[in-house]
Amino acid sequence: MNAPFILLLVLIVGLVAYLAGRSRAFATSNGKLSILHSLPGYHGMYAAICAVIPAAIILAIWALAAPAYIDGSVRGALPEAVHSQGAATTELALGQVKSVANGLKLLDEAELAALNNGSANLRDVLAAKGVPLAGAGEAYMIKSAEQFNSMTSTSHILMAVAVLVIAVAGAILALRGITAPFRARNQVERVMLWALMLASSIAILTTIGIVGSMLSEAIRFFNSVSPASFFFGTVWDPRFAAAGSEATQGQFGLLPLLAGTLYIAFVAMLFAVPIGLFAAIYMSEYAQPAVRSIAKPLLEILAGIPTIVYGFFALVTVGPFLRDISAQLNGLVTGSYVSFIQAQSVLTAGIVMGIMLIPFVSSLSDDIITQVPRALRDGSLGLGATRSETIKKVVLPAALPGIVGALLLTASRAVGETMIVVLAAGVAARMQLNPFEAMTTVTVKIVNQLTGDLEFNSPQTLVAFALGITLFCITLCLNIYALYIVRKYREQYE
Amino acid sequence: MNMMSEAAVEKALDQKMNTVPFKMIGKDVSVYYGEKRALFDVNLNVRENTVTALIGPSGCGKSTFLRTLNRMNDTIDSCRVTGKITLDEGDIYDPSIDVVELRARVGMVFQKPNPFPKSIYENVTYGPKIHGLARTKAELDQVVESSLQKAGLWNEVKDRLHESGTGLSGGQQQRLCIARAVAVSPEVILMDEPCSALDPIATAKVEELIHELRTNFTIVIVTHSMQQAARVSQRTAMFHLGNLVEENDTDKMFTNPDDQRTQDYIMGRFG
Repeated sequence: MNAPFILLLVLIVGLVAYLAGRSRAFATSNGKLSILHSLPGYHGMYAAICAVIPAAIILAIWALAAPAYIDGSVRGALPEAVHSQGAATTELALGQVKSVANGLKLLDEAELAALNNGSANLRDVLAAKGVPLAGAGEAYMIKSAEQFNSMTSTSHILMAVAVLVIAVAGAILALRGITAPFRARNQVERVMLWALMLASSIAILTTIGIVGSMLSEAIRFFNSVSPASFFFGTVWDPRFAAAGSEATQGQFGLLPLLAGTLYIAFVAMLFAVPIGLFAAIYMSEYAQPAVRSIAKPLLEILAGIPTIVYGFFALVTVGPFLRDISAQLNGLVTGSYVSFIQAQSVLTAGIVMGIMLIPFVSSLSDDIITQVPRALRDGSLGLGATRSETIKKVVLPAALPGIVGALLLTASRAVGETMIVVLAAGVAARMQLNPFEAMTTVTVKIVNQLTGDLEFNSPQTLVAFALGITLFCITLCLNIYALYIVRKYREQYE
Repeated sequence: MNMMSEAAVEKALDQKMNTVPFKMIGKDVSVYYGEKRALFDVNLNVRENTVTALIGPSGCGKSTFLRTLNRMNDTIDSCRVTGKITLDEGDIYDPSIDVVELRARVGMVFQKPNPFPKSIYENVTYGPKIHGLARTKAELDQVVESSLQKAGLWNEVKDRLHESGTGLSGGQQQRLCIARAVAVSPEVILMDEPCSALDPIATAKVEELIHELRTNFTIVIVTHSMQQAARVSQRTAMFHLGNLVEENDTDKMFTNPDDQRTQDYIMGRFG
């Protein structure tokens, strides 16, 4: 009787309770449904909820608490000799006991007897059954394993009985409470409300959990590297520490990475904003419905392309193209065919990221421009303004706060973008202003620091969490500010 | 004897109206929205410096006709207009006509007040700036003051010209929209149910304003309120199911209409 099977039984009890509750409510109504406060289906649902939910909660608690309790008592029963060797040995022994316990279930009586009188080797017998044992296996382990097995099976039986009794009791109590004025509908709806709240709080709690785990790792990093040298350091040189060589500490300056991140995001926005905005204006103001219905989805397909594909595009097409064309230009002007744009450069990454961002800018701005009331456009057109004057002087100013919000959202995507910059921006962490040279970003360095076989206690890897939480804070602030602006704009027209 | 005198009075009235020249002439105007026909060969003329009211039940085509007069229907993709409409003898649907220029001559005030989310001052100067009617700041100030005065709003807003136009009350917003239309110095002002979103006091102010504007502008107003049509207009046209039922002097229309349907509508038997 394992937990999923018991859960299935509980659900069956719930189904029966539902059917019984419904028919009982029918019976109570004497054929006149209108005398019931709630429809029979609600009475059925109420009975089912009373049967399933308390039982499921007990089941969950039992399934979590029982193994811990059993482990504790088995551990306590281990011989004093084991305990005296420290906690680690105790845990190891407990693990072996559990393996033995698993193996014992597979043995027949003759083999068990042979083990108990010491004529057979525990490890060999279990290995024959396909259960590997880490150590040689001591005699006390068999006893402990038997204790473990019996406690586990007792616990399972007790759990099954308790849960089923609670389920049936809940169902019976609910069924007995069915009367015509009973407000089953309100009760069911309240439970539904709780379910909805639970679902939304899970999303929020997950976010908090992610931030918490990043924060705790980042704090470990800041224990070995001071926050000042991280946030204000201008040199990024982490030096993968050779094992045992404590001296190679490395330098973890955030500023070169932040500069690269913001520079590439800036170049990307430089490409994406005008193109995306113009596309949005065309789509929302000029395009015929037929054109719009084809062109808008096509534009949004760009948003569906995985960013790693953009990365390929940058690496294989855009980067070499820029390098070659710069060589040609240089040759025409100076006569020496040396390219001045590197294949991996701020420009390459910026252009390709800009292409990726175009659909975000255009789609968000398009929504916002379309929201500007038609009355405003009519008012302007009615005064003899042309369509373009109307857009410039009325529609865009009215939509401006929303567009700014959309651009901030886009910028936060640009800052957090990873795959394109990993392939197109390069890994050289330096601070410079030439867009034709390679720079690197926070996300690239996170990937670098976490790739390969690593120990998770050196600052070289822990720095990734500090970088991650910094990036998270930047994008979070951008997003909150953008949402604030967008919401403020919405209220204006509602 | 009695009959004779009545006919004579009618004739005299006709002659009186006949002396007022036509500002706009609509001939066989039909409007289609895609496959659906919304107006059927309407022949309706608008006389100069006169308030012409268009009445009729909902969906009768009166707003549609109004919007053909400054080609606002052009902004609706599926809309098609046939027939001929002239403004001072010039065909406004002639391909050589610039619709922008037309709308500067035939202004429009909408059902819902729709001031731009800009200051009161900028709302009024929007049209003059676009059409280059005023060059200097002083000229613009002059336009703003005279337009707001014509719209009866000057005294209420002269101290807060640079506050947002959307912060005014509904009636003030509508008068601001009228000022905005007046600022372009149009010849004709079209009003599409300008009071339907206003309370009775604001409505009375706008009606009074329409009365005054008649001396400078030709006004065509769509209204659902028969009383309003009787109060503000000199000529009234009755639409029904996309047809022009009757067009007459307002006095005659509301006392002794020619058409039974007009009579029924005015008496509240349908609509």
